Amino acid sequence: MDCMPFALDLETLPGAVPVRRAVVSSDKLRSVCTAVHESGGLLHALWGCDERDRKGGYLLRVALQDAAGLLLLELPMNAAQPCFPTLADIFPAAERMQRAVYDLLGLRAQEGDTRPWLRHASWPADCFPLRRDYDDRGIRAAQNESYRFVRVTGDGVHEIAVGPVHAGTIEPGHFRFSVVGEKVLRLEERLGYTHKGIEKRFETQPLMQGQRLAARVSGDSAVAFSWAYCMALEGLCGITPPPRALWLRALCLERERIANHLGDLGALGNDAGFAVGLAQFSRLKEDLLRANQRAFGTRYLMDALAPGGIRCNLDEANRRDLLATVPPLVAEISTLHEIYDDHAGLQDRFTGTGRVEPALARKLGLIGLAGRASGQSWDIRCDHAYAPYDKLAVRMQGRLQGDVAARVAVRFEETLESLRLCQMLLENLPGGELQLSLPPPAKRLGIGWIEGWRGPVLIALEPGEDGLIRRCHPHDPSWQNWPVIEHAVMGNIVADFPLINKSFNLSYSGQDL
Amino acid sequence: MLRTLKQITRIGIISEPVPLTAAERGERDALQQKIRRIYGRALCIRHVDAGSCNGCELEIHALNNPYYNLEGLGIKFVASPRHADLLLVTGPVSRHMQDALRRTYEATPEPKWVIALGDCGCNGGLFGCSYASAGAVADVIPVDVTVPGCPPTPGAILSGILAVLDKPRP
Repeated sequence: MDCMPFALDLETLPGAVPVRRAVVSSDKLRSVCTAVHESGGLLHALWGCDERDRKGGYLLRVALQDAAGLLLLELPMNAAQPCFPTLADIFPAAERMQRAVYDLLGLRAQEGDTRPWLRHASWPADCFPLRRDYDDRGIRAAQNESYRFVRVTGDGVHEIAVGPVHAGTIEPGHFRFSVVGEKVLRLEERLGYTHKGIEKRFETQPLMQGQRLAARVSGDSAVAFSWAYCMALEGLCGITPPPRALWLRALCLERERIANHLGDLGALGNDAGFAVGLAQFSRLKEDLLRANQRAFGTRYLMDALAPGGIRCNLDEANRRDLLATVPPLVAEISTLHEIYDDHAGLQDRFTGTGRVEPALARKLGLIGLAGRASGQSWDIRCDHAYAPYDKLAVRMQGRLQGDVAARVAVRFEETLESLRLCQMLLENLPGGELQLSLPPPAKRLGIGWIEGWRGPVLIALEPGEDGLIRRCHPHDPSWQNWPVIEHAVMGNIVADFPLINKSFNLSYSGQDL
Repeated sequence: MLRTLKQITRIGIISEPVPLTAAERGERDALQQKIRRIYGRALCIRHVDAGSCNGCELEIHALNNPYYNLEGLGIKFVASPRHADLLLVTGPVSRHMQDALRRTYEATPEPKWVIALGDCGCNGGLFGCSYASAGAVADVIPVDVTVPGCPPTPGAILSGILAVLDKPRP
């Protein structure tokens, strides 16, 4: 977007990804958001900060994504009446983020839904845990509060309430279906069950170890979040990790992507009644995890990354071992791809199910893998190729159909593309150091932005006193994508919900924080 | 269809023997007999995510892959706590899930066992105790066996399940 008409005083933040920052007024916040939306951009994240101990008042931060990268808008608010104009009419995805900002910090959007989102009954409505003067020790007994679900009335309409404890091995959340016969008229999600105070917890963590908590924002995206954390911190310290560390980070990230895609492809087959798919893909996933164990000493790469570089090395024998696993895995996946494509029963369940048309996807801000399956072509690895992706020329995958079949197809293609990247990374792995020591960080805001398997994850990090974190906001793409599932299931049958849900496979933990 | 059958026969059966402890070093038949003796049928597990980061869930899923083949041992996951002998609980217990966890425990018929899975389930892990996290599973419901790890490997989870079988019946 051309920012000139708004006379924004833009400051470029240091770091591996392009971020511009500007302080704005309420009016300007809305006009810039409108302009970004009209020029094809989208809302990436929205969060708040308590600045009463420094500049006075509060701060709302809005991260917009456009062709040039991230545009970070900051709206200062006074301490007495902290409120801000709603952005939900411009970006529908803002609605839940705004409700969460109120639950955690007491910053109120002037219009829109005022129901709590992340706060259920565990802390009182007049307590805001992310305020700096909030006293964690005085936890009061939880009060039961009823939540006003939207009621659908009419002949033959009835409700099905599901969760928070589900029938399978999945995370907790509540789904309220309004159905006629077996057709879903409306779905309302109620999340926040796994809210475990991650943002507040960050404020007790040493700055140099925050990547460990970041890796556990959403365990399936551990590499993506810990890399984003390290990227934010390294930007503040003004260093770039050694090439070998960056290449190994990319290898870890692509292996995380492949592992998740293999798991999902199997589960999607299973949810459509094809158990062989689950057996075969979970076998391949296990092979991959065991190769991780051999190469890195751990199945999941939760703590592989560290600020300044990487903690796990790859010796020559293990490099060859990993490289040798690539071609057979490509062959196995291609065989299973043909089996999926040829299976009439599977294709019948996949095609046309849970469709999100590109226009709707654009309106709602659908992002990441699911976005690319609905014509939303964003992938940070291509758009703003941070090292080492600047050397790899990632081929972006995508579809326009926006149904379960499209999300399956994108997973197949991205898995194969990641395997191609793994091969390049392993063949050309540079030598040299694994980790640099970090000079003291600048006391300002640092941004890390990584394309995880589900979509882009963001970390906004500010150092505090005594080597601790002052504020860290992790943002998972599930925030934008969860509301889209409510639209994707409309008109589908209830029995297809698990399949549709799995085709997005969003994180509960990542959005509940 | 032909391709599917070809794939199935090409891969064949890849299930591995159970890593039994020294005391239990028998064949899988012995384990199955043990389960049958104690429960009279399959051991039924209900998983409850009480606030996990979803890392432990990935390894629970792995237990059902053909290598570990949990169902082949006579151990299966069920959809309702009312059908379960064992609750496999992950996560630091978020305060928002405290009630749901207690109610799930109450809905499980006696005799019942509880495994707290992962570092967070054992002691709150990195999330600790806060306005939003109640910490360890044992602070909310009685726990019989703890399995540490972040996440614990499928082998460790399986050992934890086998350790429950060694617990005397309540």
